[in-house]
Order: sequence, then structure tokens, then C-alpha cells
Amino acid sequence: MIKVSNLSKHFGTKKAVNNVSFAVERGEVLGFLGPNGAGKSTTMRMITGFIPPTAGTISVGGHDMVEDPIPAKRLIGYLPENAPAYTDMTVLQFLGFAAELRGLSGEAKKRALSRAVEMCFLDTVLHQSVDTLSKGYRHRTCFAQSVIHDPDVLVLDEPTDGLDPNQKHEVRQLIKRMGEKKAIIFSTHILEEVEAACTRAIIIDRGQIVANGTPAELKARSETAGAISLRVLGVPAETVKARLNGITGAKKAAIVKDDPAFVWARVYPQAGGLRNGELARAVADVARQDGWKIEELHTEEGRLDEVFRSITLPDTAKGGQQA
Amino acid sequence: MSTSTRHIWTIAKRELVGFFASPVAYVFIVIYLLLTGFFTFMLGFFFERGEASLAAPFFFWHPWLYLFLVPAVGMRLWSEERRLGTIELLLTMPITPWQAIVGKFLASWLFLALALALTFPVVITVSYLGDPDMGAILTGYLGSFLVAGAYLAITSMTSALTRNQVISFILSVVVCFFLILCGWEPVTRPLASIEWIPNWVIRTVESFSVMTHYLSLQRGVIDSRDLIYFLSAMGFPLFCTGVILRGLRA
Ligand SMILES: Nc1ncnc2c1ncn2[C@@H]1O[C@H](COP(=O)(O)OP(=O)(O)OP(=O)(O)O)[C@@H](O)[C@H]1O
Ligand SMILES: [Mg+2]
Repeated sequence: MIKVSNLSKHFGTKKAVNNVSFAVERGEVLGFLGPNGAGKSTTMRMITGFIPPTAGTISVGGHDMVEDPIPAKRLIGYLPENAPAYTDMTVLQFLGFAAELRGLSGEAKKRALSRAVEMCFLDTVLHQSVDTLSKGYRHRTCFAQSVIHDPDVLVLDEPTDGLDPNQKHEVRQLIKRMGEKKAIIFSTHILEEVEAACTRAIIIDRGQIVANGTPAELKARSETAGAISLRVLGVPAETVKARLNGITGAKKAAIVKDDPAFVWARVYPQAGGLRNGELARAVADVARQDGWKIEELHTEEGRLDEVFRSITLPDTAKGGQQA
Repeated sequence: MSTSTRHIWTIAKRELVGFFASPVAYVFIVIYLLLTGFFTFMLGFFFERGEASLAAPFFFWHPWLYLFLVPAVGMRLWSEERRLGTIELLLTMPITPWQAIVGKFLASWLFLALALALTFPVVITVSYLGDPDMGAILTGYLGSFLVAGAYLAITSMTSALTRNQVISFILSVVVCFFLILCGWEPVTRPLASIEWIPNWVIRTVESFSVMTHYLSLQRGVIDSRDLIYFLSAMGFPLFCTGVILRGLRA
């Protein structure tokens, strides 16, 4: 549905987006990650036709966004960053306005309105002026605007920003559910959201894609992915470490936490060495031989925030805001 | 209705809803009516003149009144859209930018037309007191409406330039003031007496002025040249609005 090829956007000498290519098909939810100023919003603004690209092409549902914007825009629902809305209208007037611009009228408009209102839990504020809405409700109002015409493509810039935990959960579920029939791109700084709702994630840094894969694939790039963590009672940390380091087919063992009462240790897998289950069994064997009291033992899945940091931190340290 | 007219109408309607949602619109109309009344009866010596015409006491003041009132109505057109960020919503809808520009312009123009129409008691008074030339009154109203449109188009352009309404107001007052002055007799006559300025230069500059064309409509004749002038005086700034909006996003 969305195809972005070699997309670039320069602001003066600054390359906000630099040669980005990806595609999103129907049934996919693409999570867009990256540090502040990475170029997420700029990319989304180009996809939705708000700003023209410096170079590259965008096609939405087969329509080129630059050459043939109207049919392309018709397919898209867009929630801009900071959820702008006309402050001098009521929620209902605002949604009605969006519906009319989307070509809905009469019964169809009424149905679309009640569907969107229900979806975003807006029934209590329908006749309230947008001006007086709380941040979260304004966000939901703008979100409702983006789904009013049940679009095939959704572009959501930080859709859960400013929502309370319940609403965050609702919106994630909603995105996941809608993603079964639509092509969705959403950006976020909350990494759990990626695992909760995305089929695929892209990490973008200083205008370039630095990682692209399913959440599981990304997590597997984490250093701890596949490591065995265990909590042992009543054995000195040094002994635990020495014994675990003796396992062949593991990379190394490390002490995560040395508490008087217990020891947290982690055994990292070696590429081409013992696999997940085997590594766990090897660790368990050591523990049994030495008669360790094990309180907990599990395989780490890897963590997105670790991957995120390891990919983007060196760059940010060099100055993410510089061109 | 074609899609294009429907979009323009939807946008115009939104603009009007937003306008009348606050007391500003009503306050504006009241101020407008008070000022026209004040200028007509106090400064225009409507009664003292003893003639059944609206040209001198009533219409004469309109370009000056509009100089401040029209920028006040139009200053928020695009600057507010930029300040709130709603421009990002509007321009990613399946509409063309010019539909948005025209829709917003028409809404404000319609509002000004409403304010202008509410001056009808003046017409009733003058026809009660005497036997005025109704044709001249009609063309006078037409001229006034067109001047308001020209100022409004300029304000639309200046409001696209900035997200600050005050700056947008000041800029459009300056531009509109220039359009008055360059054809206003007290300015052009001394200029004409300067020898080294050729006459055609003065004539050309004059032809850019709303005053020249406004006064010609006051005489009760609709000259196609005046209409063409006003159409371009509205069309060109609106076109520039589009160029500015495109430039902002590039
Ligand atoms: N209109 C503009 N003019 C100049 N520079 C701009 C403009 N818009 C964005 N930028 C720059 O482009 C870069 C990318 O900005 P963008 O808003 O896309 O970041 P982001 O990934 O959305 O960040 P955040 O997580 O903070 O929302 C930033 O360095 C920003 O300063
Ligand atoms: Mg952003």
C-alpha cells in the first residue's frame, strides 16, 4: 500500500531524511522508532503529502503522492504530531468537518461519526469546545478524525502521546486490530508499544534507517538475547561465575547482581555454540552437580531498548542535532 | 454540486462556524455599524448636506474604514492555521490548496458582505428623505464590497506569511494603505505637479489604486475595466497566498 523509495528531505544543508526506502503492505503495522530529531515526523509529513520530498518517490495505493496527490490522500488517515485541532469548534463539529472533506454526507456521515466517536470514547465530550478539552481528549479527537473515513492507510505520529495508561492500552489494541485490514505506520518513543502492536519496526537515526525487522528479529540483535539468567541462593558470586564460565559452548558468564542473600548471574550464548534449550540445560546441570539452590532460571528474549540504545546512542553522543 | 465547490463550501462553513463561535464576530459587526454611522452622520454631514446621495457622506469613508477592519477580520485566516498546526490537517485532506484558499477567503468575504448589508437603514433613510439615484447606490455597494474583497485577499496573503496575527494585521494595513494612497488625489496631485515625473507614470501608479476604481463605481457606471481591476486585485494576492503556502512546506 505504501511504497517509499530513496526518500530524502533537506532543510537547507540539513539532511532531515536521507535516502530512506521501505514498503508497508496491507495487514502490516510498521513501528517507527528513533531518537528525537531523527526524521520520523518529516518522513510522515512527506508520506501524507504535507511537504514535498527533496528527492525520491512515495506511492500510496499505486498513486504517486507528488504527481497525483488527491487519490493518494483519499486513502490516508493522518494523525499529525501534537494532534492539532480547530479550537473554535466543538468535537462534533470538528469531526463533521473532517467527514465532509472526506466526501461523507447524510447517513454515511452519521454512521462514520458514531463509529469514530465510539472507537475513541468521545461520547462524553461531543459538544465540548476543542479549546477546553484535556490533552488526552484532544489527542483522541484528532485520532478520531484520522479514522473517520475508515482509510486503507493510517499514518499516526505518536498516537499514544499524552494518553492515560488505559487509553494507551486501548489505542494499541485498536492499532493492532485495525492493522489486520489496513497498512499502518506509527511512530512512538514507547518501545513496549512496538512489541504490543507492530508486525515490523524500523529504527531511524539522523535521517537514515539503521534497523528494519520484526520486533523479535530486532530483539535478537540485543546482546542479552538468548542468554540464561539465574538466581542462586547461598553460593559466593565468584564460585558461581567460575563454574558457569566453565560451560563449553557458552560465550561467558557474568554476575548481574551480587546480593548478600543471593546472586544474579547471566550466561551469554556463543554464536554457533549451545542453543537456547541446550544452554539452559547445561546451566541446570552445573547447578544440580553443585547442589545450588536455584530460585529462578529463564532465557532472555533480548530487549528492544538495549538494541535501540546500542544502535542510536553512539550517534546521539556525537550530536544528533548536527547535520 | 461538484466536488470542488463542495470542498470550498465545507471549508467556508467551517470558517464561519469558527468565527461565530466567539463573540468577536458580533463585536465586529457592532463596531462596524457604529463607525459607519459615526462617519456618515457626524463626519459626513449627512443631514447638513441636504442632498439625496450616499456617495459623499457614506461610501466615501469605506476604503478608510476597511483599512483597519478588513485586516482585523482576515488576519487569522492562515496565521491561526499555522499557529495551531491545523494547516497540516487541512493540506493533507484530499483537497487542493486553492480550494482551501478560496473557501477561507469566501467565508470572510461573506461575513463582510453581511456587515455591509446591515447598513441598509442608511439607504432607507436617504430614500425617505429624498429621491436618490438607486443605481448609484447599488454600484456604490458593489464597489464597497469589491474594495473589501481586495483588502481581504491581501490580508489572506500576509496572514500566510506569519503565524503571528498582529504582524499579519500590520503588514496588510501597510499594503492596503499604499493601494489607497497611490490613487488618492491629495497625494497624486502634488506628484503630478513635479515636472520630471512623466504623466504616464502617475497614470499607471494611479491605476493600481483601489480609490481610482472605487470612485468610478460611485458614479453609477459599471466599467469592465474596474471590474477587471478588482478581480485581479483579489486574484493576484490569492495566487500569492498559494505560492507562499507551497514555499513554506518546501
Ligand atoms: N521546517 C523545518 N525546517 C528546518 N528544519 C526542520 C524542519 N522540520 C524539521 N526539521 C529538522 O529535521 C530534523 C528531523 O525532525 P523530525 O521532526 O522529523 O524529528 P522526529 O524524528 O519526529 O523527532 P521527535 O521524536 O522529536 O518527534 C530535526 O533536526 C528538525 O530540526
Ligand atoms: Mg516527531
